[in-house]
Amino acid sequence: MIAELFTLPGFVALAPLLTAVLVAFVADAALAAWLVIGGATAAFALACALPWQQGAGQLLLVDPLSAHMALLTSFVGMTTSWFSRGYIAVEQQAGRLDGPRLRQYHALFLAFLGFMLLSLLANNLGVTWVAIEAATLAAVIVVGLPRTAEAVEASWKFFILCGVGIALALFGVFVLYLAALPVLGPGLPAMTWSGLAQAAPQARGTLLNLAFVFLLLGYGTKAGLAPLHTWMPDAHAEGPTPVSAVLAGSILNVALVAILRTRSLLAANAEAIPPGPPLMALGLLSLVLAALSLWRRRDVKRFFAFSTVEQSGIAAFAFGLGGPPAVFAGVLHMTAHTLIKSAIFQCVGRAAQLKGGQNFADIAGLVVSHRALGLTLAAAIAAIAGLPPFGLFTSEFLIVMETARRQPILSVVLGFGLVVSTWALATRLIDLCTGTPTPDRGPAPGRLALVPAWLHLAVTLLLGLLMPATVVAWLSGIAVSVR
Amino acid sequence: MTPRIAYGAFSYDLAHLLGAAVLVLSFALLYQRRITSIIGFYAVQSVLLAVAAAWQGWVQDSTHLYITALIAFAAKGVAIPVALRNIVFRLRIERSVDAALGVFPTMALGVGLATLSILVVLPTTVESQTLTREDLALALSVVMLGLLSMITRRSAITQVIGFMSMENGLILAAVGLPGMPLVVELSVAVLVMVAFVVFGVFFFRIRDQFDSLDVSHLDRVGGTHR
Repeated sequence: MIAELFTLPGFVALAPLLTAVLVAFVADAALAAWLVIGGATAAFALACALPWQQGAGQLLLVDPLSAHMALLTSFVGMTTSWFSRGYIAVEQQAGRLDGPRLRQYHALFLAFLGFMLLSLLANNLGVTWVAIEAATLAAVIVVGLPRTAEAVEASWKFFILCGVGIALALFGVFVLYLAALPVLGPGLPAMTWSGLAQAAPQARGTLLNLAFVFLLLGYGTKAGLAPLHTWMPDAHAEGPTPVSAVLAGSILNVALVAILRTRSLLAANAEAIPPGPPLMALGLLSLVLAALSLWRRRDVKRFFAFSTVEQSGIAAFAFGLGGPPAVFAGVLHMTAHTLIKSAIFQCVGRAAQLKGGQNFADIAGLVVSHRALGLTLAAAIAAIAGLPPFGLFTSEFLIVMETARRQPILSVVLGFGLVVSTWALATRLIDLCTGTPTPDRGPAPGRLALVPAWLHLAVTLLLGLLMPATVVAWLSGIAVSVR
Repeated sequence: MTPRIAYGAFSYDLAHLLGAAVLVLSFALLYQRRITSIIGFYAVQSVLLAVAAAWQGWVQDSTHLYITALIAFAAKGVAIPVALRNIVFRLRIERSVDAALGVFPTMALGVGLATLSILVVLPTTVESQTLTREDLALALSVVMLGLLSMITRRSAITQVIGFMSMENGLILAAVGLPGMPLVVELSVAVLVMVAFVVFGVFFFRIRDQFDSLDVSHLDRVGGTHR
C-alpha cells in the first residue's frame, strides 16, 4: 500500500510534504521562501498530469472529482506561495514574525498543503481522515503563530471545535466499515471509497444512515457549515493571511468532497434515508445565517470568513439537491469560490499591511490612493458577490435555476440569502474602495504582489464568460461519476 | 463469517465487561472535581482500554491489536497522565475546577446520552455480531460522555482530558470491529500524541497570556461579534 505513494499521484502530495521536512531545517528565511515556492509549484505541475492517471488503488484514488480538486488546491497553493514570499517579508520587517516562527510558518504552510492534497487523493477512508486531521493540526499551529491573545483564542477554538468534529467523523468511518463488512469482508477494501461505492447498494441502509450523521456533523464542522462554523471567522481573521487564503478556499473543499462522496453512497442505497434534505437544510441555514451576519462585521477578514460560510452553504445545498446538473453547478461553485476567495484574501492582506489594521474603519478609498490594489479588490468582491461576468455568477445561476425547477419553495430562501449577502458585499465594496483614503501606515504592494490575484480572477472570468467545451465536458464527467 | 465470540461464552462476557468498565470510568470522569483525580481516572480508563484491546486481540486472533493495546497502555495510561500531572503541579493548578453544571444534572445528562447511544446503535446493527453491536453502543456512549465533559468543564486541561477520553471511545469502537485494518489504530494513536504536543504548546501559551488555564478568560478578547 505504501508503494503507491511513490507513483505520480502520490508525489503530488509527497512533493510539498518532503519539501516541508527540508524547510524545517533551513535557517535562511529567503531560501526557505523559495523552497516553499518550489514545493508548491512542483505539486501543481505533477497535479496537471492527474487527469491522465486515473485509477483506484488501496491507498490512492484518482477519479475525475479527486483529480479536479487536487488540481484546484495545488493551483491555489502554488499562487499563494508566490504571494506569501512578498507578504511575509513585510511581516518580518514589521517584526510580527521572527526567525524560528518564520521557519515554522514555511514548513507548516507546505505540510498543510501536502496533507490536504493527500486527503483529496486518498482512497482509504482512514488515510483521508488522518490527512484531514494532520492538515488541521498544521493550520492550528499556524493560526496561533502571531501569539497575540486573539490568535491564541482563535487557534484554541479552531482546535477544539475541529478536533471534536473530526473525532465524530472517525466514528462515522468505523460505522461505514461495519456497513461494508458483510459485502466486502474484513480488510482494506471495506475501508476504501471505491470499494464502498460498489458495496453501498447491498449494505445495510440503517448503518449508512448512522455513518452519514456522524460524517456530516464531523466534516461539516471542517466545511464551516452552520451551526458548526464558529471557529472559521476567528481562524481566518487571526492567522497569517496566506494561510487564510488557502484555508478559506481549500479546507472546506476537502471536507465537502468527503461529504459529497458519503452522499453518493447513501443515494445508491434504496434502504437508506435520502441524504439530500439534511444537506440542503444545513446549506440553507449556513447561507442565511452568514448573509445576515455579514451586516454586523467590523473586521474585514472576519467579514470574508462569513462569506466563506455562505458559499460553503450554497455548495452543500447544491450537493443536497443532487443529480448531475446540481452537482455540476456545485463543483463549479466550489472551484470559482476557491479561486476568488484566495484572491480576496491576498488583496485584503496587502491592504491591511498598507493601512496598518484590518477593520473596515482602517481601510477606505483604496481605488483613489492605490489604483491597482483597489481595482483588483473591487473586482474580486464583485466576483464573490456572484455578479457577472465572473464564474460564480454562472454557478449560482445554475443552482437557482435547478432549485426553481425542482424545489420551487426553497428557491425563495436561497434567493433571500443570495440577495442579502450580495447587498452586504456591495455596501462593503463601496466602503473599502471608494471615499476619502485613510492614511497609509505600511509599505504599498508592488504590481508583482497582485499577479496571483489577477491570475485567479482571469481563470474565473474565463469560467464565467467563455466556459470552454472541454471544461464543460470535464465538469459533466465529475457530475456523472459522483451521481 | 462465523462469529468467533458467541453470546454467553466466557470470552464474550469478559470483552463485554471490559467495554462496560471503560464506560463506567467515563461516568466517573464526569463528576470529578479535582484535576489530579480527573487525570488519575483518565489513566485508569486508558489502562482498561488497553486490556480490552488486548483481549480482543486474543479472541479475534489478530496480533496488531496487541500493538494498539501497548500504545494505549504506554502512551495514554502512563506517559500522558504523568506529563499532565507535571504540568498541573508546575503551574500549581491542582485545586478543584469550576463546572458549568452540578453533579446531578451532569450525571442525568450522561445517563440520557448513554441510553440514546444504545437506542441508536442496537436497532441499526441487527445483522452484525452481538459483541460488535454492543461494543459499538458502549463506544458511542464513551464518545458522547467525553463530549459532555468537554462542555460542562471550563478549564482547558479538563477539556483536553474530555477530548482524550472521547478518543478512548473511538479506539474502543475500532478494536471491537472484526478485522479492522491496522492503519487506523496506529494513526489514531500517533495522532493522539501529536495532538497532545499541540495541547502542550497551548497550555504554556495560554498561561503566558492570561496567567490561568480557565478558557473563559479567552472570551474577554471578544468572540464572533467583531
